[in-house]
Amino acid sequence: MAKIELNGIRKTFDQTAILKGIDLAIEDGEFIALIGPSGCGKSTLLRIIAGLEPQSSGEVRIDGVQVDGIRPSARNLAMVFQSYALYPHLSVFDNIAVPLRMRRHSALARMPLIGRLHPERGRTERGIREDVERVAAQLELAALLKRKPGQLSGGQRQRVAVGRAIVRQPLGFLFDEPLSNLDAKLRVHMRAELAQLHRQLKATFVYVTHDQAEAMTMSSRIAVMIEGNVVQIGTPAEVYENPRDIRVAEFVGSPKINAMPGVIREDRGLEVLGRQLRLGTAAAAGRCTVCVRPERMEIGPGPGTIAGIVTHLEHLGAEAFIHVKVDRIDLPLLARVSPDQQLPEIGSAIHLGFSDNAVRAFDAAGKRIDVAVPARSERVREKALG
Amino acid sequence: MVAPAFILMFLLLLGPLLGVIALSFTDYQLGSPSFSWIGLSNYQDMFGDRVFWLSLRNTLTYVAIVVPAAVALGLAVALLIESGGSLRTWYRTIYFLPVMATLIAMSIVWEFMLHPQFGLINGLLHGIGLEGFSWLQDRRTALYALCVIGIWQALGFNMVLFLAGLVSIPRQLYDAAEIDGAHSAWARFRLVTWPMLGPTTVFVVVITGIRSFQVFDTVHVLTKGGPSKSSEVLIHTMYIESFEFFRSGYGAALTVVFLAFVLLLTLVKSALANRGVHYA
Amino acid sequence: MTPRHRSLVWSATRHLLLLCGAVFILLPFVWMISTASKPQTEIFTKSIHFIPQTFALWDNFATAFGKASLWRFLVNGVVVTASIFVLQVLIALPAAYALAKLRFAGREVLFALVLFCILIPPQATAIPVFLLFHQLGILDSYAALIVPFTISAFGIFLMRQFFKTVPDDLIEAARMDGISEFGIVWRVMLPTAIPALTAFGIFSVVAHWNDYFWPLIVLNSEHLRTPPLGVASFRNEEAGTNYGPLMAAAIVIIAPLVVAFLLAQRRFIEGITLTGIK
Ligand SMILES: Nc1ncnc2c1ncn2[C@@H]1O[C@H](COP(=O)(O)OP(=O)(O)O)[C@@H](O)[C@H]1O
Ligand SMILES: [Mg+2]
Repeated sequence: MAKIELNGIRKTFDQTAILKGIDLAIEDGEFIALIGPSGCGKSTLLRIIAGLEPQSSGEVRIDGVQVDGIRPSARNLAMVFQSYALYPHLSVFDNIAVPLRMRRHSALARMPLIGRLHPERGRTERGIREDVERVAAQLELAALLKRKPGQLSGGQRQRVAVGRAIVRQPLGFLFDEPLSNLDAKLRVHMRAELAQLHRQLKATFVYVTHDQAEAMTMSSRIAVMIEGNVVQIGTPAEVYENPRDIRVAEFVGSPKINAMPGVIREDRGLEVLGRQLRLGTAAAAGRCTVCVRPERMEIGPGPGTIAGIVTHLEHLGAEAFIHVKVDRIDLPLLARVSPDQQLPEIGSAIHLGFSDNAVRAFDAAGKRIDVAVPARSERVREKALG
Repeated sequence: MVAPAFILMFLLLLGPLLGVIALSFTDYQLGSPSFSWIGLSNYQDMFGDRVFWLSLRNTLTYVAIVVPAAVALGLAVALLIESGGSLRTWYRTIYFLPVMATLIAMSIVWEFMLHPQFGLINGLLHGIGLEGFSWLQDRRTALYALCVIGIWQALGFNMVLFLAGLVSIPRQLYDAAEIDGAHSAWARFRLVTWPMLGPTTVFVVVITGIRSFQVFDTVHVLTKGGPSKSSEVLIHTMYIESFEFFRSGYGAALTVVFLAFVLLLTLVKSALANRGVHYA
Repeated sequence: MTPRHRSLVWSATRHLLLLCGAVFILLPFVWMISTASKPQTEIFTKSIHFIPQTFALWDNFATAFGKASLWRFLVNGVVVTASIFVLQVLIALPAAYALAKLRFAGREVLFALVLFCILIPPQATAIPVFLLFHQLGILDSYAALIVPFTISAFGIFLMRQFFKTVPDDLIEAARMDGISEFGIVWRVMLPTAIPALTAFGIFSVVAHWNDYFWPLIVLNSEHLRTPPLGVASFRNEEAGTNYGPLMAAAIVIIAPLVVAFLLAQRRFIEGITLTGIK
């Protein structure tokens, strides 16, 4: 099992910086998801870990050993590609056997024709057959061993690709968007299978995806990458609840978090859409963005609520979303409500509010700022209650 | 809308094709007022003619040399070009030049290069202390000299087809091979490149084969099939019989033999293509 | 060896091998230009030198143009190849459109015929076509050079495949606008087909500019000779005596296509590799 450490990894392609100094420590046996929008450099980072691409600077360590200049296959990591990268001319059996044959047969025994005469070949080949069949049984591929990849469905190809990866029992697995070519239903199914596989193998999994739902459901930790930087690392709950950067807040969570323009006043008070909140902050005065997740939006009139018009309703069965157009914001605000309650009419006026602890505020540069109910008003409230 | 095209197709392609087969059973000679059906007698004459067998043997030798050489060299050049980043377009352009240059004009240049006294080739050989040949005038070398010109001309075309084949191999397969432990360039070639190029290779072999069977220009300009028929080839014999001696019936029989070979190659190609060379 | 060393060594080997090959490929071209630049006395020497001591290229060009009607050959080449291409397009496009987009009885059979005709090598039909032209009395004329190639089964196939990819909506919209079927071919399909037509045009022009076999069979008169035939007959008159002008003539004959190729390499390679499909 392997601990993978990345220190200051940078990568430039033709003078464009793609990775801008990535530090990441992946624990032994951990399932970590690398998420981020397309083009942010996830695949590049994964290929650097695999050794398929040299980094421009920085180092990769596997179990404490620096692996620069060590060939991909010698790093003892397996990789599952987005397109599966199965050898189209080889049967399922042969596809899964390739990494074993490459390792266990000498170069001579792999020669066409002459190789068959090699004395060791028969015995090694029997060992390979056993291993391939064991993996095939584990992945329910036993009946398909003679088929070519062209004759398999997407899910079956995916499983063959996983089979080829696990058959040589590597220290770690690298997945590059392995489910993105599957249809939605199969994707949910394979998600469960991969998570199950991780529990069985207890190997390190590095899982790249741009689909945050995949990351949230499968991994123990998530690293959010944006424009070549790892912006935040944490458990799925942490990343969701406590985004350190507005880009993280907006990327994680579906539907997207509601973002409203706000101002930090000179007296450190917080205003949103011209309304004063009870919250204050230590951050410098200036513009800011106030974000609230749709499920934290509350409907109904009250002091300090925001008035708007219902523009659209989405009834999804288990939940419903109300789209509310509000002055001064282009995008409608979204509120998630339980579908049993009476939904408002489209076109009707509505008030939206949220509680203090639902607010995530970000400064003009997008960094998270801490907000709290100021001590004075706290006391006022205590008095009022007391 | 289709009428003009199909009328012309019948008049200029299908009709003549049937015509040539029919003619091969007649004794028609250009200019003679009549002809008669003579059954297989043209074919009997042909199979009894030493020149035909020489011509067939030379053609097959030519094909047997040019096809493997032009295919292997085309593939080698394509692999070399593709394996590095620099000067790709330059090399591609250079190797493709002979395909563009009018073969007749370049044959004349080759003829001068192979000139026994003032030719570049013998001059170079002389420079390293070797005795040259009268390449095109010597029955031991004439056919092989033509083969070299054939390879020189066909190589670039094959290279371009192979380059297209190479570009269409998904890069991720090479990544997968690397991860699976294919360390050497040879191992990757065996595991990915060669099988993935299968369809291209079949194709290139057949195309080069058909074109080599059609060899005519260089022969007609440089050797006229000589000396003493040592470089006589099928289409050249057909040309001489039909258009210099005007023995149209006999020429047609030769054409039918030529057609049979071309058809055979085409069949080989479709058989191999159907036998599942693997497009992904 | 470190990886960097290894990649340097490999890169050097790659260039070395490719350069050796390039020398073999380029040698005839270099020798052609070198010989064309030399005066008679320098050509007939046993010592090899590529750079002429006296530069005689212009003299040799002048002699070549004086002795052989090179201009005439070039003009013939242009007339013949251009006529062939234009006629091929005029005849192939409507057929290709019909095969791709119209429904009519026998369409599949006709398309199968097209596929079959692609396989017929030009040498196979030479004798009957020659006899036909003899009957018609049109041997030794521009018509004899052009007519046999007016029908290109391959052109029909290629354009039909291309038209298949054009959305039906486009054609239906044109029909709604009241354009006739022929109008659709020329005013709707032709403009969309320009890239495919360019490739086919290059393929066709190169094939017929360089063709030797057919002109050799049907031509007698000097004034109709196409470039390959012209340079071949020039060689028959001059070989053994006058290599300088002969090489100059060869340069003139190959120059138009080679220069066009150097200017638009990608398109040319696309066009020529179409023969691959054929
Ligand atoms: N080999 C390469 N050469 C040049 N640019 C590349 C190369 N590979 C990736 N890139 C660029 O790097 C950026 C990140 O790519 P990638 O790592 O594939 O993103 P992701 O997997 O996150 O979608 C992209 O803008 C891409 O264009
Ligand atoms: Mg990617």
